[in-house]
Amino acid sequence: MDLDLSEGQLAFRAEARRWLAAHTPATALPSLETAEGFAAHRAWERMLAADRWSVVTWPEEYGGRGASLVEWLLFEEEYYAAGAPGRVSQNGISLLAPTLFEHGSAEQRARILPPMACGETIWAQAWSEPETGSDLASLRSTARRADGGWLLSGQKTWSSRAAFADRAFGLFRSDPAADAPHRRLTYLMFALDAPGVTVRPIGRLDGKPAFAELFLDEVFVPDEDVIGEPGQGWRIAMSTAGNERGLTLRSPGRFTAAARRLVALWRERADAPGSGADEAAAVRDRVADAVIRARAYELFAYAGASRLAAGGSLGAESSLNKVFWSELDIALHETALDLLGPYGELADTADDPAAPGPWSDGYTFALAGPIYAGTNEIQRDIIAERLLGLPKGRR
Amino acid sequence: MEFMLDQAQTDFGRTLDRMLGGADTPRAVRAWARGEHAPGRAVWGRLAEAGVTGLAVPEAYEGVGPLPVELGVAYVAAGRHAVPGPLAETAAAAVLLAALAEGGTARAGQAAGHWLPRIADGRALVTLAAADGGPYALDADAADAVFAVEGEELWLAPGHGPVQPSFDPARRLARPLPGGEPLARGLAVATAAARAADWAAFATAALSLGTGLALVERTAAYVKQRTQFGRPIGSFQAVKHRLADALIGLEFARPLLYGAAVALASTPANEARAEVAAAKVAAGEAAYTAARTALQLHGALGYTEEYDLSLWIRKARALRTAWGSPSVCRSRVLTAASSRPDRS
Repeated sequence: MDLDLSEGQLAFRAEARRWLAAHTPATALPSLETAEGFAAHRAWERMLAADRWSVVTWPEEYGGRGASLVEWLLFEEEYYAAGAPGRVSQNGISLLAPTLFEHGSAEQRARILPPMACGETIWAQAWSEPETGSDLASLRSTARRADGGWLLSGQKTWSSRAAFADRAFGLFRSDPAADAPHRRLTYLMFALDAPGVTVRPIGRLDGKPAFAELFLDEVFVPDEDVIGEPGQGWRIAMSTAGNERGLTLRSPGRFTAAARRLVALWRERADAPGSGADEAAAVRDRVADAVIRARAYELFAYAGASRLAAGGSLGAESSLNKVFWSELDIALHETALDLLGPYGELADTADDPAAPGPWSDGYTFALAGPIYAGTNEIQRDIIAERLLGLPKGRR
Repeated sequence: MEFMLDQAQTDFGRTLDRMLGGADTPRAVRAWARGEHAPGRAVWGRLAEAGVTGLAVPEAYEGVGPLPVELGVAYVAAGRHAVPGPLAETAAAAVLLAALAEGGTARAGQAAGHWLPRIADGRALVTLAAADGGPYALDADAADAVFAVEGEELWLAPGHGPVQPSFDPARRLARPLPGGEPLARGLAVATAAARAADWAAFATAALSLGTGLALVERTAAYVKQRTQFGRPIGSFQAVKHRLADALIGLEFARPLLYGAAVALASTPANEARAEVAAAKVAAGEAAYTAARTALQLHGALGYTEEYDLSLWIRKARALRTAWGSPSVCRSRVLTAASSRPDRS
């Protein structure tokens, strides 16, 4: 049991630190949930990819470095410590790519992964539907057989990044007569500018078009854009869901960096004249908890990476992870906004020098955490049933 | 990096778990609470045979330590089975005596030479009162030696005052009597006592984690068989989600515990302090949450003294503030975090 880094890992970390110090934009990019910010973040993805920092764990042939999970954790730690921009390619990299590595064909990997790695193609997810949220297997959008491919029809919603993204991936019902709702679903990829696709952006809580509704009217998808076998979509998607909740969706570096910024803000307020000191005293325990929980999450990830490296698996433990980071993210940002007192309510677009800026945007982002990637209620059901062996019941 | 227990450590934990599972610890705990120590001492004897009591004692004194990771594994198992006695205090006293013997006075060296081998092989069960742990020496009435630290002085107390009942009756609290034999003086005592207090806090965190795990396991078993409205209550989401939250707290305290063990084994004392404090807060709070959850989900049954669940519920409450309240530990974490603005 140790936390020691090898020579190679130390060198990797030092290289990442140097690169990030030289390339991280000096001023924060505009929010990636705006047209302007989306373009700026896409350009940043290109810059990352040019020096092979966008997808470090991927094999070299697709633009990665073949880095280990521990190295990925180190990179992420450096990435967020440097204050580097949010990752607009996140959906593709952490959801679709693992699916392609596990279930895609060599042709699909060669065609899809390199443009994903450099931000040329940015992916949105298309899981939820107006009547389908947590009960994903109840989805109604259809894929109908056509010459050389499939025709997609129906409606998807809450599709993150879809307002500005290039392509999307999701599940479609390819056999309405199947005996169980989760059978005969097919995993397909489609272009968001294909004929028959209408994208209607939806403003999230702060008004930014972070997601969209997708209306699909006989959208043609060639056979080459089906992942795995038709009818096997549910099984394939569930392996993606595991990835999403597991180690790779929210790296510990995000939270350790945010906790460090929170401590700095707390110190600043404690030393400031006026009511700042009272506020700092009042939230002291919450600041400490943010530090402790960020450290716990970091060590939990190292434990998971060690177990995976030794041939183990994560399984239902991913659900512990998802609930933990999503609640930590909110607690961290709430504490920062409380510390800012009367300035805490200002939006990230406010130009007063005292405005919370990234804390405000981060808070809005964090509020979605307990909802997406499988609601925390679903995760708690999974924890209770699979880790504690409690009986299934009505939801 | 290999941040996981190796096979030998995993096996060690399983062996202890099995051994303690067959030791009827609830009976020993109840006897201990009445001041009858024989069944509890018998459990200690079995821990000694398994090598647990030597884990904080250096090899020079016939121990196998200091091995904080193994001590963590062993104390989680002890917590799961509610083993009574001054477990954290004996480990901390061993660390204290060993530190003072190294380059200390002849008197401290003699004390180490006398007590450490006895601690290591389980003959001696000792306790310790020090500022970080409050005024009481836990289980002084059962201990073979009561050590006390005040400021820069360590002494062997001549005895103890009356036993004060604790919320957890199996924790018997008494003040060391003043006077007695001084063993060491000076700054070295304060430094060694701080290190010993970190070990005590770490050991308490491990006991807490084990206590919390037992509470969740027992409660999960109960809600599977308790039926209301024609169904096991464990099928209700309100019940499931409370237990899930309790488990999340414990499973994220676990890596902090072993992170603290790694820090105790390898880093300078002042850096280990914050890691131990983080583990102490997380494990203490998680075990306490588990206790509240266990109590609620057992209903009135959990509120009775007679039902064995009470042994763990009460312990979780006491361990939460033993050797560093949540607030004190959070302060330590924050002090370290704000004096270390940059990363390594």
